[in-house]
Amino acid sequence: MLDKPIIDKMDQIFVLLQHWLVSFLPVSLQPLAAVLLSVIVIVCLFPALFALTTVFERKGLGRIQNRLGPNRVGPFGFFQPIADGIKSLTKEDIVPASANAPVHFLAPIVLVVAVFMGFAVLPMGRNMVLVDMDAGLLFYFAMGASTEVSVFMAGWSSRNKYSLLGAMRAVAQMISYEVVLLLSSVAVVMISGTLSLPKIVEAQNQYTWDLPHWYIFTPWGLAGFVMYAIAATAETNRSPFDLPEGESELVAGYHTEYSGFKFALFFLGEYLAMFSISGLGATLFLGGWTAPFSFLTFIPSWIWFFSKLMLSIFVFIWMRGTLPRLRQDQLMNFAWKFVLPFTLLNLMVTALWRFMGEGWERWVVCSAILAVVWVFMGRIEMRSEHFGPRSYRYAE
Amino acid sequence: MLGEGILKGMAETARNFAGSFVSKERLTTVEYPEERIPTFENARVFPFLVYDTNDWEAGLRCVACQICEKECPPKCIYIDKSKDKKPDYAGKQQFYPTRFDIDISVCMSCQICVEVCPFEAIKMDTEFELATGDRFGGLLLDRKQLAKSNEYYHRIHPTEAAEVDVRLAEEKAKANAKAKAAADAAAAKAAAAKPAPHVEGAGD
Repeated sequence: MLDKPIIDKMDQIFVLLQHWLVSFLPVSLQPLAAVLLSVIVIVCLFPALFALTTVFERKGLGRIQNRLGPNRVGPFGFFQPIADGIKSLTKEDIVPASANAPVHFLAPIVLVVAVFMGFAVLPMGRNMVLVDMDAGLLFYFAMGASTEVSVFMAGWSSRNKYSLLGAMRAVAQMISYEVVLLLSSVAVVMISGTLSLPKIVEAQNQYTWDLPHWYIFTPWGLAGFVMYAIAATAETNRSPFDLPEGESELVAGYHTEYSGFKFALFFLGEYLAMFSISGLGATLFLGGWTAPFSFLTFIPSWIWFFSKLMLSIFVFIWMRGTLPRLRQDQLMNFAWKFVLPFTLLNLMVTALWRFMGEGWERWVVCSAILAVVWVFMGRIEMRSEHFGPRSYRYAE
Repeated sequence: MLGEGILKGMAETARNFAGSFVSKERLTTVEYPEERIPTFENARVFPFLVYDTNDWEAGLRCVACQICEKECPPKCIYIDKSKDKKPDYAGKQQFYPTRFDIDISVCMSCQICVEVCPFEAIKMDTEFELATGDRFGGLLLDRKQLAKSNEYYHRIHPTEAAEVDVRLAEEKAKANAKAKAAADAAAAKAAAAKPAPHVEGAGD
């Protein structure tokens, strides 16, 4: 076991590095430089992670389908993203003649900017948050909601039926699931009593017999996490909720008319949204940068945050390799008839949990309510109507 | 709809994911340029010309009858018939193609040329790696490029080639028998036509 100062140094290495670099500047410039430095790190780190994820995703999906995946460019195909990047940079950038050129140009930029803004409030380690806002969660959702604008800008300005249909689907889906995403996070806010993400992490940073007080280990937290995960998948347009870009019916959805680097920006935006929503999920339910066992706290906090993030990404890829795409009506039914009522119920259960006080009773009562309703809604409410063979009255 | 189906599916894909690292038999794909699957006997790509013996030019079965040229739906075969005749593989005097080109950028692999050929001279190849930098000249195959030996034919389509050999042998035997009968008849005729000198000679 390492001694305490070294552990602390490792934990705070990036913070100390930032302080050291900034200390070369005059005092009046230091706050600005510190922020700029963090922004640069975020803007470089997450696209790099995106590049790595694309190759891992393709390899993972290949393995799921008993293939090898890309293995030609560089050792084990790990330079594939470089090849992809060069390709997308050198491709012709086509703007349709009848497109609304300024909006068409702005849409991918708005998407990437809005998604990057979300990272500003995510605590990526102890003391590693760009802006420690009191209403960080609110800011995050405000930024998350503005990605819908860019999707609709892209779909509408392309002047293409597939783009427009894709954008309409995307907006319908994202707005439906945005509600769920917000309401499932409200449960966390109700318990922790704060909208600041670092404080939410701090609230989970306690241990009982080596086990952490993560919200996922409570009945309402588990239910909230499942709902959050479903909504997050739909929010980021990932399979099985990738209807906005369902290639079998819509070519590529809202980015049909994009090529070259603008297409790459959409691709980047999608993955960055995935990272940030996974990071938020980890922060809200999985204890953010805290260690899963109290004896593992010597490992730096930022390692825990990024391993939780990558684990969520792995589950995203795993789900993509497993589940087929939903139909539009199934998607909407699922959102409004199952996920939303269940999330609302979860809010009630959270309130009950809050007011029942310490003790084992609240565990039993809250788990029982959630389990019964889950089974009831799953078995009875979401029962698929069986239509049976068609009968003809006159056409005999 | 409690999510157990999703868990089952996830378990299945996880099994595939892990299994593909462990057992090579699971992998359904082949690392193409390094490894390759042997071509199937019934595979066909573009036509080639069969020749017997070791000399591709003299051994070509093609007699430049131009049936395939006329039958070819996309008209991708170009044949120039020779002025003189040469003995074919069976020893019979035949015309031969001075030019036999197939434009494989036009050919649609329909195999009609193979079906109409009365001389078993044109067959379907299984060679598919025909990419070339020259899309005009490089894809117009001349008779030297098209000529492939009967052994090669046996190698790529064993069953079909054996049948063809039997058929050709029968035809050759029939032709030989006919020739022999004709020769016999001619000999008999000759014998009948000049019995007198023979007798005279015998009388000497």
